[in-house]
Amino acid sequence: MSARALNRLGLALVAVVGLAVLVLVPRLFDLDVVLNVTVYMIMAVLALSLALVWGFGGILCFGQSAFFGLGAYTYAIAMINIGESTAPLILAILVPATFAALLGYFIFYGRISDVYLGVITLTVTLILFNSINSTAGPEFHIGSAKLGGFNGVPGIPSLNVPFFKDWQIDLEGMFYLSTASLILTYFGLRALLASYFGRTIVGIRENEQRAQLLGYDPRIYKLATFTIGAALAGYAGCLFANWGNFVSPTIFGLAQSAQIIIWVIVGGRGTLIGPILGCVGIQWLTAALGANAPSGDAGWQALLGNVPLILGAILVAFVLLVPKGIVPTIGGLEALLIRPRAGASR
Amino acid sequence: MDLVALLAIQVVYAIASLALMSVGLAIIFGMMKVINLAHGEFLMLGGYAAIEANRFGLSIWVAMLIVAPIVVGVIGIIVERTIIRWLYGRMIDTMLATWGLSLFLVGLTTAIFGNTTVGLSAPLGSFEIGQYRTSAYTLFVIGVAIVVLGGVLAILRFTKLGLIARGTMQNANMAAALGVNPSRVYSITFGVGAALTGLAGAVVAPVSGIFPTIGAAYVAKCFITVIGGGASIVMGTAAASTLFGAVNQIATYVSTPVFGEVALLAAAIVLIRALPQGITGRFFRGSL
Amino acid sequence: MSVPLIETRGLGMRFGGVLAVRDVNFALGEGELRCLIGPNGAGKSTFFKMLTGQLKPTSGTVLLRGEDVTGAEPHDIARRGVGIKTQVPSVFDGLTVRENLWLAASRMHRGARVRAAVDAMLERVGLSAVASRLVGQLAHGQRQWVELGVVLSTDPDLVLLDEPAAGMTDQEVLRTVELVRYINKTKALIVVEHDMQFIRMIATKVTVFNQGAVLIEDNVEAIMHNPTVRDVYLGKQAAAA
Repeated sequence: MSARALNRLGLALVAVVGLAVLVLVPRLFDLDVVLNVTVYMIMAVLALSLALVWGFGGILCFGQSAFFGLGAYTYAIAMINIGESTAPLILAILVPATFAALLGYFIFYGRISDVYLGVITLTVTLILFNSINSTAGPEFHIGSAKLGGFNGVPGIPSLNVPFFKDWQIDLEGMFYLSTASLILTYFGLRALLASYFGRTIVGIRENEQRAQLLGYDPRIYKLATFTIGAALAGYAGCLFANWGNFVSPTIFGLAQSAQIIIWVIVGGRGTLIGPILGCVGIQWLTAALGANAPSGDAGWQALLGNVPLILGAILVAFVLLVPKGIVPTIGGLEALLIRPRAGASR
Repeated sequence: MDLVALLAIQVVYAIASLALMSVGLAIIFGMMKVINLAHGEFLMLGGYAAIEANRFGLSIWVAMLIVAPIVVGVIGIIVERTIIRWLYGRMIDTMLATWGLSLFLVGLTTAIFGNTTVGLSAPLGSFEIGQYRTSAYTLFVIGVAIVVLGGVLAILRFTKLGLIARGTMQNANMAAALGVNPSRVYSITFGVGAALTGLAGAVVAPVSGIFPTIGAAYVAKCFITVIGGGASIVMGTAAASTLFGAVNQIATYVSTPVFGEVALLAAAIVLIRALPQGITGRFFRGSL
Repeated sequence: MSVPLIETRGLGMRFGGVLAVRDVNFALGEGELRCLIGPNGAGKSTFFKMLTGQLKPTSGTVLLRGEDVTGAEPHDIARRGVGIKTQVPSVFDGLTVRENLWLAASRMHRGARVRAAVDAMLERVGLSAVASRLVGQLAHGQRQWVELGVVLSTDPDLVLLDEPAAGMTDQEVLRTVELVRYINKTKALIVVEHDMQFIRMIATKVTVFNQGAVLIEDNVEAIMHNPTVRDVYLGKQAAAA
């Protein structure tokens, strides 16, 4: 089977599985399972945002959670003030995107290298965390929305059908929206990556110098990629705020940032399906481990329920042993068995 | 007048503690180009080592100045042998692996010591400046910072070990050809960097208390200091700490600690933009 | 006298205490082929990097068809028609040969024309058989040709070749000579090389660099018989010009 045909088969497979999940999960499982799957879908969109920025763009952003959190908080604050969700949704995408554009301009046009970029983005997310965390007093508010500090912002009203304030989305609706969002994001990114833009950013990632010497300005491409990734993360943040109708500063925390990176590493940089699987897999794993260890338990159970311990060990193990991630490694093995095909993005 | 003196001491303390906490990282990054994102956890482990040693009956001075550096130094060597050594030249991968290590260490210490803040009362009491009282311990920290930085400078400049380390970092193959084992030098350098970090963590512990996630508060600041400092280990750390420590403390005094952090980051971004090679990329070039 | 395709006036590059290139006045006409020779460390690669914008000169100017492009961004200069094959091959190792050429060709064409251009270039550099292989896995000589193909795909008016024959077998060298002659039919070239046989096969005018400055500029036969040039290569002379 030729490379092209295999590619098309893969796409069809994803579409089929995606539609199956969309249609079947609410019918086959009860509400708490649906609720869990919904948040997996939302986090998978977040994972895809970093997959684009880092996996394909080569920009190691340690602070993707900053855009996720900004999207969530922007939606919450705007929604509490406005009461109708069309504008808040748009803002939840625009605010992180604008922030990323400014930060990105500073970083890419300032010729700041990869390594420093990682540290700067990490610091930005830490600062957001510290700032919002300390806004607990009633004097910290934007309009009628109290920032709430470490308590978070509870009671965030849900999305409604655009312009129809009273047609609010319910739990099942959130599932459909999130799953559909994931499917659309996946295919949208596939299209983007197959375009001139997408292939150029991969080239820039592979060899920035050669891309420059061919006449491509890497700064603008990186800026665009960074901004698109932030917009996507912001949208995921908005969905997240709707999922629990609650948001708190931990969304900006190091743990959240680390998780996103771990999903992409475990799943596989340079692929789209990898980070989705990595995200869902790890989320499921931490939930399963945590569920079995009541706090204060000694021995193995407590160890397994210790999320930072397990995640940290997984990250180290993958960097050392499976640096490409699961999907590309399996793909590599597969390539040994089937005849080699032209390198195409998955 | 007293207020100025008090403020001056606070600024110097901020600079000194930042320098002390960053110098270990400067050694590791400056000499090995390794980004150790578990740096904050080395600080944290130094604090716990000192506190536990003290609880077991050792004097607080021994616990802080001897036990902590040794414990964290050994941990550093273990980390280098098991993780870092496979990733030389792969900067991004070392960042990721050390981030994983950082999470792992946080989980481990939470499991062993629990989540609550453990304290150590600051020895040396307080002294007066006019109508203000301030802790004499801050003067001790400043003293330790000066001794450590001076010591590192002296070792790099005047000892055979320092020369070997500098030579290996500049050209490992050449050093190997001259009979030096680069692998050994890397281990020792990482161990020394870790030990100094452990020392810093222990010395700073009485001021703020220790809990497993305290590393997060420091790692970004230390990195910013090291990167802003540039290639020279001692001069760079000193120069960057002076700039950032002062900015941080003054901004904190003028408004809130959060704003102090923001000011530090803003200063760092401006500095890196203006001097991409750090301060010692342009000034004090070629110094140690 | 028509405007030179590329010209440098008093071009210099200082790295800290080291003056890698000093006061170089150089001019190349449209369609001219020049060879650049000189011992290692003479400043040839640094000179090239200033022509492409990879390095910003610390003194002097670079003029492209009379227009000052000193210190311009590399992608700007590339778009003005300057292509370089670097000393260490700079290609997209993780992509296939076809994808490498595609990225270059898509700067000039759109749609189906890109594919056609890529196929044509594959033929021209003789790599059609390995079009789907990852460039990082190719032999050294083949990687050089991929780079050549990539550079040519953007149809530059000036092609800079930094040691194009390095590490090649005699067979491969002959093929490269043929490629260079073909390129010279429509484009200007500056070729840095150490291989004197190679230079004899392609050169007319040669510029000799030494210690960052132009030592002498003459036609190839005169250079080959020049004792100063020989001494400089054997390291006998210190500062020359």
